[in-house]
Amino acid sequence: MNNLGFPILTAITFLPTLGALGVLTIPAGRERDIKLVTLGSSLLALALSLGLLVYFRWDVAELQFVNRMAWVPGLGIQYFLGLDGISLWLVLLTTLIVPLAILSAWNAVHERLKEFMIFMLLLETGMLGVFLTLDLFLFYIFWEFTLVPMYFLIGIWGGPRRVYAAVKFFLYTMAGSLLMLLSIIALWLSYAAQHNGLGSFDLTQLVPLASALPPATQMALFLGFAAAFAVKVPLWPLHSWLPDAHVEAPTAGSVILAGILLKMGCYGFLRFNLPLFPHASQQAAPYIAVLAVVGILYGAMVSFAQTDVKKLVAYSSVSHLGFVMLGIFSLTRLGIQGAILQMVNHGLSTGALFLLVGMIYERKHTREMEAFGGLMKLMPAYGALSLIVVLSSMGLPGLNGFVGEFTILLGSFGASPEVLRPVPWIYTAFAASGVILAAVYLLTMFQKVYLGEVKPANHGLQDLSTRELVVLAPIVLLIVLIGLYPAPFFGAMNAAVSSLVVR
Amino acid sequence: MSFELSINDVLASLPAATLAAWGMVILLLELVTGPRHKSALGLAGLMGLVASLLVMVVGWQRELVGFGAPAGNGLVQDKLASFLGVLAVATAALTVVVSMAYNPRRHIERGEYYALVLFSTAGALLMVAGADLLVLFLGLELLSIPLYVLAGIAAPQAQSEEAALKYFLLGAFASGFLVFGIALVYGASGTTNLAALRSALRTAQPGNPLLLAGTGLLLAGLGFKVAAVPFHMWTPDVYEGAPTPVAGFMSVVAKLAGFAALMRVLLYALPALYLDWKIVLSVLAALTMIVGNVAALAQSNLKRLLAYSSIAHAGYLLIGLAAGGALGAAGAAFYLAAYAFTNMGAFALLSALVEGAGQHEDQSLDRYTGLGRRHPWLTAAMVIFMLSLMGLPPTAGFFGKYYLFTAALGGDLAWLAFVGVVTSLISAYYYLRVVVVMTMHEPTHDWPALPPACAWVLGITAMGALLLGLIPGVWWVAVQAGLDLMGG
Repeated sequence: MNNLGFPILTAITFLPTLGALGVLTIPAGRERDIKLVTLGSSLLALALSLGLLVYFRWDVAELQFVNRMAWVPGLGIQYFLGLDGISLWLVLLTTLIVPLAILSAWNAVHERLKEFMIFMLLLETGMLGVFLTLDLFLFYIFWEFTLVPMYFLIGIWGGPRRVYAAVKFFLYTMAGSLLMLLSIIALWLSYAAQHNGLGSFDLTQLVPLASALPPATQMALFLGFAAAFAVKVPLWPLHSWLPDAHVEAPTAGSVILAGILLKMGCYGFLRFNLPLFPHASQQAAPYIAVLAVVGILYGAMVSFAQTDVKKLVAYSSVSHLGFVMLGIFSLTRLGIQGAILQMVNHGLSTGALFLLVGMIYERKHTREMEAFGGLMKLMPAYGALSLIVVLSSMGLPGLNGFVGEFTILLGSFGASPEVLRPVPWIYTAFAASGVILAAVYLLTMFQKVYLGEVKPANHGLQDLSTRELVVLAPIVLLIVLIGLYPAPFFGAMNAAVSSLVVR
Repeated sequence: MSFELSINDVLASLPAATLAAWGMVILLLELVTGPRHKSALGLAGLMGLVASLLVMVVGWQRELVGFGAPAGNGLVQDKLASFLGVLAVATAALTVVVSMAYNPRRHIERGEYYALVLFSTAGALLMVAGADLLVLFLGLELLSIPLYVLAGIAAPQAQSEEAALKYFLLGAFASGFLVFGIALVYGASGTTNLAALRSALRTAQPGNPLLLAGTGLLLAGLGFKVAAVPFHMWTPDVYEGAPTPVAGFMSVVAKLAGFAALMRVLLYALPALYLDWKIVLSVLAALTMIVGNVAALAQSNLKRLLAYSSIAHAGYLLIGLAAGGALGAAGAAFYLAAYAFTNMGAFALLSALVEGAGQHEDQSLDRYTGLGRRHPWLTAAMVIFMLSLMGLPPTAGFFGKYYLFTAALGGDLAWLAFVGVVTSLISAYYYLRVVVVMTMHEPTHDWPALPPACAWVLGITAMGALLLGLIPGVWWVAVQAGLDLMGG
């Protein structure tokens, strides 16, 4: 159903593309104009998405703001966009993070600025499309399409090993996606078999069909989709593209990669695997939960061993998203709600961490922890905000990370023993120890970089500029807000998640 | 057999006849053009191609002879013939435009070049509209012989002469196989007309060894033309040696015509033997995809890379054939359209940036390092071509692969779709390598100026590669073509 007469979702999704076309027309020398147009388009998308928040109906489980149009009727492909409690916060996260990422690249990128900004805007369209579309074919198009701008962002503006990282990222993700393509085609064919040769990609119509498939087929298709999403999350052991991609990407690229792209994988599980294949989800849940827990512990332990701050944060993503996957595959209302909130939280806190790393890199051109120390004294504002972000990532009560992690742990503890075989508390116990490990590596990092003696070479370092403050402030505010008052965030998801869990 | 010429017969052969006649006119015109004005003959060639296109458009409206007509018709101008015919003529036009810039630069100004392109296209038009095995053979020869000459037209360059000789020798063998196959099929069924063959086989018992052997030989002969494994050995050397626009033309039009012939013979005339050749075709498809993609991984010469990639794409097209049915045919037809734009565009880019000096064309990948810095739009076009060849949405290549995989899954060939998916992933690696070299490094060379006509060609092909899948009308036409093929 469409709350507004206005195709707002289409507007939000394609506004960045219009912005990109606009940037295309600006001559390459006029950097200021390019930056302003890019920032303007992304802020406009943000404003529109805030409008979504205002008009969102909290009591309804079905899709809202629906834009639906037949595209290739002969093949059952529709242009179908819709929003519900699961995707609402992810869309808002996207439209918030992209302008912040653009601001962070304000002075950092000088070479081929025009192409950089165009890729950022195209990437935003791709990501929004992934979160908003409910037609499987369109989903696949947007999903694969996000690879291209990200690949170029890493490959052209990245660090020394950028080509390797970009190609690895591309091929890894494409491998999973191609398996998903086969599953999508198979679903279409089964629909066509029952509907006189005319298939459909409409998720709402495929759900009743797919849940009724024989278990073996369900599991095969489940795995096909899971291949694509598991690479994206990333679920251990398919995570090895992540550290390279994150470390080599430019700051803005890392922020978007960690903040939003990884969430696409988790979202995919929630939006497709669980509703379409409930039986297979239950069967596979313990295995995925085991991988998730291994990811939590592995990510944390490897993070602890890092000397490069960016790589530390990259591995911490593996760890944090392990929590999210555990929450999702606990298949409980609490677990899934916690997972969705934690997705937003991770986007905010890890995005902020990458922004912070980027800021220090802009000043010193190194990310080794050895090179720093005592930054709290040198750059008090920077240190204070960093502290809040680090504590949030760690899961300190009072900040957003705690709310998400705790809810997830509650969910996995309360899961049915049929789902998390043999007993749910084992998974919860191991995951909880991951919280402690997170504290270990994050506090160690904080101590090495921010506390302790100031190195003589670092004396001239500038504290945060206004622009950098503007970039960090909204994130920090949200971190505190979600931590203290998560109720509205959970409330919006409630209806959609409940109906999901019932299935 | 009596032979009566009706108006429909004339109209059905008019597109090919127009081109052939125009080619002869160009040969005459060549006598009066000076040695430095040979490229003007290219304009004459373009006019001929446009005329042929108009004839085909008129033919589409008139819904010409279908297979329902009495046996004895040699040509049928149905929707498949029109769709692929338009594609062939469009590719020829793009080739001519690119050649008008390329030939002077490489000092191969020959008037007969354009006439040969027209003759070859006429052969392709005969093949796509062929309704009789002998007409298919005639079309094949008319397509191939000018191509043999065109491959060697850059003589006295040794590579070009070698390419021509290799192509000619192997092609002659393949044509021999084809004729022998036709003879065996005639022996088994008593007719060479495809419609008559179809109805004759409906009542005959399957497993007739003469028929099977004949079909196998037909497959060998046509398989050579489309560069399917194990008949693909000639492709890399011939593409590398031939002038680049000719290589582009060969890669598209020869494949197009060959697949049209295969579709007519296997899907329309011999569906009774489907179970026999389905396995063979699927295995050939899988082998072709694997060999083409794996061999391309090791290439450092861009032309050879594109040659191996075109072998791989023949494999994808064979999936459509193996799956059979209207969906398989439609998928193959659409894929040919997507492939035509993409491949022609890639070869056009290579032709546009070629150096004038040097005995051999230098088409090593290193030569294109950092192209993105100097020619951002050209590189953007090349990126689109590489993404389309790879099959990444939203390019036309993705839609083509999607339709073919759907046909495969629907035709109980899930394993073949899986092979297609895995080989697509392998291909992503070497297509990405091209993109990396062009965009992610600093330039080490200078390139000659881009001829404006080539810029147009690149713009058109890039737009085609990007948008062909997104415009629903194109797929609709392909489906109609597939239905026409099967329903007759």
